[in-house]
Amino acid sequence: MSWELLIKWLPQFLDGAWLTLQLVGVSVITGLILALPLGIARSSRHLAVRALPYGYIFFFRGTPLLVQLFLVYYGLAQFDVVRKSALWPYLRDPYWCAIITMTMHTAAYIAEILRGAIQAVPPGEIEAARALGMSRSQALLHIILPRAARIGLPAYSNEVILMLKASALASTITLLELTGMARKIAARTYMHEEMFLIAGVIYLVIAFVLMQGFKLLERWLRVDALHGR
Amino acid sequence: MADAMPALEIRNLHKRYGALEVLKGISLSARDGDVISILGSSGSGKSTFLRCINLLENPNEGEIVVAGEPMKLKQARSGELVAADARQINRMRSEIGFVFQNFNLWPHMTVLDNIIEAPRRVRGRSKAEATEMAEALLAKVGIADKRHAYPAQLSGGQQQRAAIARTLAMQPKVILFDEPTSALDPEMVQEVLAVIRSLADEGRTMLLVTHEMNFAKQVSSEVVFLHQGQVEEQGTPEQVFDNPQSARCKQFMSSHR
Repeated sequence: MSWELLIKWLPQFLDGAWLTLQLVGVSVITGLILALPLGIARSSRHLAVRALPYGYIFFFRGTPLLVQLFLVYYGLAQFDVVRKSALWPYLRDPYWCAIITMTMHTAAYIAEILRGAIQAVPPGEIEAARALGMSRSQALLHIILPRAARIGLPAYSNEVILMLKASALASTITLLELTGMARKIAARTYMHEEMFLIAGVIYLVIAFVLMQGFKLLERWLRVDALHGR
Repeated sequence: MADAMPALEIRNLHKRYGALEVLKGISLSARDGDVISILGSSGSGKSTFLRCINLLENPNEGEIVVAGEPMKLKQARSGELVAADARQINRMRSEIGFVFQNFNLWPHMTVLDNIIEAPRRVRGRSKAEATEMAEALLAKVGIADKRHAYPAQLSGGQQQRAAIARTLAMQPKVILFDEPTSALDPEMVQEVLAVIRSLADEGRTMLLVTHEMNFAKQVSSEVVFLHQGQVEEQGTPEQVFDNPQSARCKQFMSSHR
């Protein structure tokens, strides 16, 4: 493979990488926001409060992301209500279909991470908060969630990396993100080997940067120092 | 008539775990400045009793009165008494200090942040105000130089002293100590006992569950010996330690000398 070729196609690869970053970035951040109430409700003592997020999580963890993407992209258009709704301009757009599906998918996983983290907060630390007079919600907001965030952070960073790779599925609904772009260029140049190699290297670079970012965040939040005791 | 009113009064406290009755009707009254030590072998219900007082455990029967104010309780379906008034229990808990065997400091916060958290959130103190008080308390328990350290960087004794400072920051009317030195290495026990002794000398009202017999004998105004969920012996330290009446208490004292 010549450098000329790389230089010729690189701008398109970077466009694809930018789209990948948008899909992953928006879905893992919006997913986190969505997961907060889900995860908190999931760790509730009350069965009725637990049931709804449980159903949601059961569906989104129990089915493949690809199937979910097809259901949203091809499935929703079957319904007149959807086609006539105000949301149709978004729901007909593969970009928004991918963002919505990936967000809801990752929210289910993040909610489970959060539930596990909340339940892993040592009970004595919660008792200490209550014994000092904090209400249930004060203890949740000021003690339990900050503590759970640190417990769940390594698992969350893992989920972000998984979503980076899962975002390749968006190419199946016509999006030219990194994988879609590599496929398009390969089809045009007949250089499959080289083009997918370039895509792979770019994925590696993104994953590496993300991992380093999370490493810094873990150091800043002193995640390591909290083990034991 | 503030003198006549007990700082803490517990009447006929019962606690059951299923069929097992752990507390079989315990009553206790502490006047202002009393230091009451609660002794007993493991399984006698000492810790459960202490944890029932601020409702960390829910008793099945009984009344709890702090400085003349009865705690509002209601029967839950499980048969346990739970707080009937969330505002009241939160306020009353903030007035009843509790020191845990395992310190239970929040490990993601510095020592200083551990101490100012509750005064800020519960009492609405400003950060500056809470910090000023916290620094005075840290100096008092002898770890002023550790205020920016994290709990994991402290020894057990220092952690327990930080936990005591955290409790003191709420200016509690009564402090409950649940085996405060039992999780410590022997050489650290004395530094924590010294802090508790200074609190006793200040005239604070305290209930102390402990296995430190000599210490209990020195600081207590009253000693209660629990056995199988009941008060087996009660009186001044001299009576209970040197001249116990019940066979159980005699046996316990002779084996802890």
